[in-house]
Amino acid sequence: MTAATAPIRAKRVMPGFTLSLGVTLLYLTFIVLIPILALILQGAEIGPARFWQIVSSPRAVAAFQVTLTAALVATLFNAVYGLLMAWVLVRYEFRGKRILDALMDVPFALPTAVAGLSLTALFSANGWFGGVLEAAGLQIVYTIWGIALAMAFTSVPFVVRTVQPVLEDMDPALEQAAITLGARPWAIFTRVVFPAILPAWLAGCTTAFARSLGEFGAIVFIAGNLPGRTEIAALLAFIRLEEFDYNGAAAIALVLLGFALILLIVSNFLQNWASRHREATR
Amino acid sequence: MSHALLPGQTRQGARILIGIAVALTLLIIVAPLAYIFVRAFSEGWRVYAQNILDPATLHAIWLTSMVAVIVVPINVAFGIAAAWAVAKHKFPGRGILVTIIEIPFSISPIIAGICYLLLYGRQGLLGPWLQANDLQVMFALPGIVLVTMFVTAPFVAREVLPLMQAQGTEQEEAAVTLGASGWQVFRRVTLPNIKWALLYGAVLCTARAVGEFGGVSVVSGNIRGQTNTLPLHVELLFNDLNAVGAFAAASTLTLIAVVALIVKSVLEGRRG
Repeated sequence: MTAATAPIRAKRVMPGFTLSLGVTLLYLTFIVLIPILALILQGAEIGPARFWQIVSSPRAVAAFQVTLTAALVATLFNAVYGLLMAWVLVRYEFRGKRILDALMDVPFALPTAVAGLSLTALFSANGWFGGVLEAAGLQIVYTIWGIALAMAFTSVPFVVRTVQPVLEDMDPALEQAAITLGARPWAIFTRVVFPAILPAWLAGCTTAFARSLGEFGAIVFIAGNLPGRTEIAALLAFIRLEEFDYNGAAAIALVLLGFALILLIVSNFLQNWASRHREATR
Repeated sequence: MSHALLPGQTRQGARILIGIAVALTLLIIVAPLAYIFVRAFSEGWRVYAQNILDPATLHAIWLTSMVAVIVVPINVAFGIAAAWAVAKHKFPGRGILVTIIEIPFSISPIIAGICYLLLYGRQGLLGPWLQANDLQVMFALPGIVLVTMFVTAPFVAREVLPLMQAQGTEQEEAAVTLGASGWQVFRRVTLPNIKWALLYGAVLCTARAVGEFGGVSVVSGNIRGQTNTLPLHVELLFNDLNAVGAFAAASTLTLIAVVALIVKSVLEGRRG
């Protein structure tokens, strides 16, 4: 069908191409690309030796380690929790399902600073959860667990919202065939359902991981921000800026930018794979 | 949509999974949300009102509203333009354009703030020129607005784009053939089709714009009573050990988020 209409489209029947593309390119250039270019230019001025010296300093290395470890923990949690939520929201009918579904978007809509404030108070010694956990000998606030908690909260929607539509679209015939052939439930899940949602699940996890690496607002409240222990990379860049050490800030920011762009490409690749996969299993 | 019950996907199995899902959601999402209001009102209505009516808080609310009033309409216009260009036309580099639109979504707001500071700051690329012309961008409203525009850039586009793509171009082409002008086609044909997605995108963009923290904290300079937006004010009160005040200020932001979610639920019901 698309092939048949292609020659017509080639004549550009649709109006407003120049205007809309012009506005888009102008906006993206001035709002997104030029500011990023400013960062890259600043980075280029530093020079490779000094750049390496900044990013391999013990404090920076510790900050990257803390950030990556906490983001990994948060993503592992969401990989499981998100999958469970997607499954429950698609496969079962129960009272309050719509509310549960709407709640999945809370971390997306709630300002990160507000989330950070609330989580900190909730998990500190006199909060609802902090008291209980402290009695059990678990300290969350001002530890790396607090950072992971804040990251997990802010990245909840990503896995749920990427897996959900794929699960909804899945052809029930596939599972029914497996049932007819006598497969056990766990085998059906691991051999039929999971392979079908795998690309979307991975794409969701990648986005959640990227989001966790970049998170700032929620973390500064809960982390305690002890250099070398609970200081995340984004905060270290921020501190360098406040010390007017622009090169230090730019170098750390460039490393984070590199991570973000790589993860964006990976997630785009996974999403393309997921949509091709989805067509095939429909 | 009804799926066949898997063997072992019994009532009991379903109940256990639903139970775990609900319990986890209560702990992770509902508790933090509820706790904001519990703490904000922990010393009664009167203290809450005093906290909200505090001049510094009122100024923060005003500043944050200004930012949203400027950013959201611009972003709606950009979102429509971007979606129109990408969804209704074919041109080389379309995929790259979509990726560029998504960039702000995956970049830490802190990095966005640093980018803007390196561009417009005193030692930035445009710094000398701005100073020569006596223009203040950093540590003032323009800087806050620009960073917020960066951070929220994809929000409207990513809601409208998939819908426009799914709807194709047949209706618009028919309208053009019948002699409608470009503007008429957009207003009478496209807009009615995308209005709910557009509204939801705008609401999300508003929620994100008023809640922006990392990027704004870099470019605002945190000048109390001047460039302190509402999320920054929450942090300030928290650092002043005024927890109840911080929660009161946070409750206003939470309310906006809750409204955004209700709008979404209602719109999803409408879209069917």
